[in-house]
Amino acid sequence: MAAHKKALIAVVAVALLLLAVPARPEISRFPDYPITRSDRIVSLVPAVTEMLYAFGAGSRVVAVSSYDTFPADVQQLPKVGALLDPNVERILALKPDLVVVYGSQDDLKRQLARAGVRFFDYRHAGLADITSTIRTLGAQTGDAPAADALALTIERGLDEIRGRVKARPRPRTLLVFGRERLALRGVYASGGVGFLHDMLETAGGANVFDNVKVQSVQASSEQILAARPDVIVEARATNSAFPSGERDAELNVWKALASVPAVRAGRVHFLFDDRIVIPGPRVVDGTLALARAIHPDLLQANGAERATKRERSAESLSEAPEGTRRKAGAERQE
Amino acid sequence: MTLQRRFARTILGFGTLAAVTILIAPAIGPTPISLARVFSRVIPFADNADAQIFFIARLPRTLAGALVGALFASAGVVFQGLLRNALATPFTLGVSTGAALGAVLAISFNWSIGALGISAVPVAAFAGSLAAVAIVYALAQARHRGLSTTVLLLAGVTMNAFFSAMILFVQYFASFADVYRTLRWLMGDLDVSSYEPIVAALPAAIAAFAFFAWLARPLNLLSLGADGAESRGLDVTRAQRAAFLSASLATGAAVTVGGPIGFVGIIIPHLVRLLVGPDHRLVLPAAALFGAAFLVACDVIARLIFAPVELPVGIITALIGGPFFLWLLIKKR
Repeated sequence: MAAHKKALIAVVAVALLLLAVPARPEISRFPDYPITRSDRIVSLVPAVTEMLYAFGAGSRVVAVSSYDTFPADVQQLPKVGALLDPNVERILALKPDLVVVYGSQDDLKRQLARAGVRFFDYRHAGLADITSTIRTLGAQTGDAPAADALALTIERGLDEIRGRVKARPRPRTLLVFGRERLALRGVYASGGVGFLHDMLETAGGANVFDNVKVQSVQASSEQILAARPDVIVEARATNSAFPSGERDAELNVWKALASVPAVRAGRVHFLFDDRIVIPGPRVVDGTLALARAIHPDLLQANGAERATKRERSAESLSEAPEGTRRKAGAERQE
Repeated sequence: MTLQRRFARTILGFGTLAAVTILIAPAIGPTPISLARVFSRVIPFADNADAQIFFIARLPRTLAGALVGALFASAGVVFQGLLRNALATPFTLGVSTGAALGAVLAISFNWSIGALGISAVPVAAFAGSLAAVAIVYALAQARHRGLSTTVLLLAGVTMNAFFSAMILFVQYFASFADVYRTLRWLMGDLDVSSYEPIVAALPAAIAAFAFFAWLARPLNLLSLGADGAESRGLDVTRAQRAAFLSASLATGAAVTVGGPIGFVGIIIPHLVRLLVGPDHRLVLPAAALFGAAFLVACDVIARLIFAPVELPVGIITALIGGPFFLWLLIKKR
């Protein structure tokens, strides 16, 4: 009994101690002044940059990260560093009234707070977090109605895909997003959490690493052989496509694992598509691309994708050059 | 006891350990497989998942572990003997950092040798290790008639620092995904998933082991110091050159297969010396066999401990090897 009491006291003491430690005051997300509208926005996160443009705040973005490429308008904007090397001096010199930072940029957050600049704290998470981020962000920038409409469109688009694959069998799918060139070494695949996993499940696949609750799994050849995926999808950024001459060689790499059903059935797909790997507003198209790789008979699609595209261009994504989109689309199906 | 009998006993003891480890390791893993199915002649190989797990996933990685462990451990013995420094490792003279730079360049710039259909990473790693060896060797020869081990050590340590800075420099411009892949490469990985990397490293490995067999006596003499060795009739410069080049070749080959897996090259030589004494004729073969067994065993643990997720084997070697070595050190003294 005494031991229990002591343990209880210890737990209470620790809890009190935790309460007593003040939260670091400089990392407050929303300082106390009324928020109406942001007129000078700096975004250090490409996915969030896309969101801003998609709900019509694009004209008020004054600078982006060095990794931003979409929509094409951002190429004209100043680049102020990225995740590891944000250039605080340049950011402050642009006199922003909202800076989108990544969750791990604690130093930057402190500096912004000291300078009295509002920031929006973002972290990659699940698929549902994309639309919730769009809503919160829209409320911050003063674009709540447009942002809510965009979020709703995305949610409807995803629901529609869910509906279309609902009655189909769910093939066991391995979603690879990185490996060594021309070898099955250093294979990184989606684990059972994160937006890639969510997209895969939405697209009507069953993630083979569903039970591994991390975002990325380094999959050994044994794990892949034991998982026996029916479909293998390698999804990467548009600009990291294999040189055309090496596609066959890269496909051949998988032939070493001949007992894997996906390999035997020739169901290994390369999707070089930013819409899959960037958790932004183009995620419906990305999920659809995934769905088509997993369910090839979905190819003769109904108007769903065209409808979402039309709606989205109404939401000002029309700045996206048609050429870029078509190119990404062409890369889609291998 | 005569040397022959001690030699026979040592080889028998460590050889049995290595053989048993290598035989058992492919049967163990996170996925249960049936050995009857693995060796079944009825089921075609393409349909036989158990056989594929055994022959494509586990056996290559066991053999890779054995080869890399043997190379690192015996290269460690040779470097320690050559530099007459107990703290020397296969990584002291910049060979592995040179290899790492090659690998980092290949990963960051996405090199491939598409014409041959092979990954550029091991090729670049081996080229990097050869470049490092050439630079350090040229530096150590430039100021001396022979080969100065002091200059060798200083040049090696400096090149290590220089290559490390180059790696950081390249990484600074690489994308996050590449930086992560590089970091993971630097932790070491034995999941080769085919026999080609092992076969490709074999010529260098065999050449290195042949040199090591010849080097056992010269290394014994070198432990008396260069003058002492010379007075016993040893061509010191030739022996030092052979030791440096062969141990570097071994290190380069090992890093090319498994990445820079730490700790094997320093812990195993000392462990073996504690067990069999300082005679290189015993230490060299014993270290090679024990290194093989140790790395294979560490890899089994790395595969199992957090299954289905795998730990990098380099973490296990240090986590297990360190305390074990300290325990042996205290017990023997």
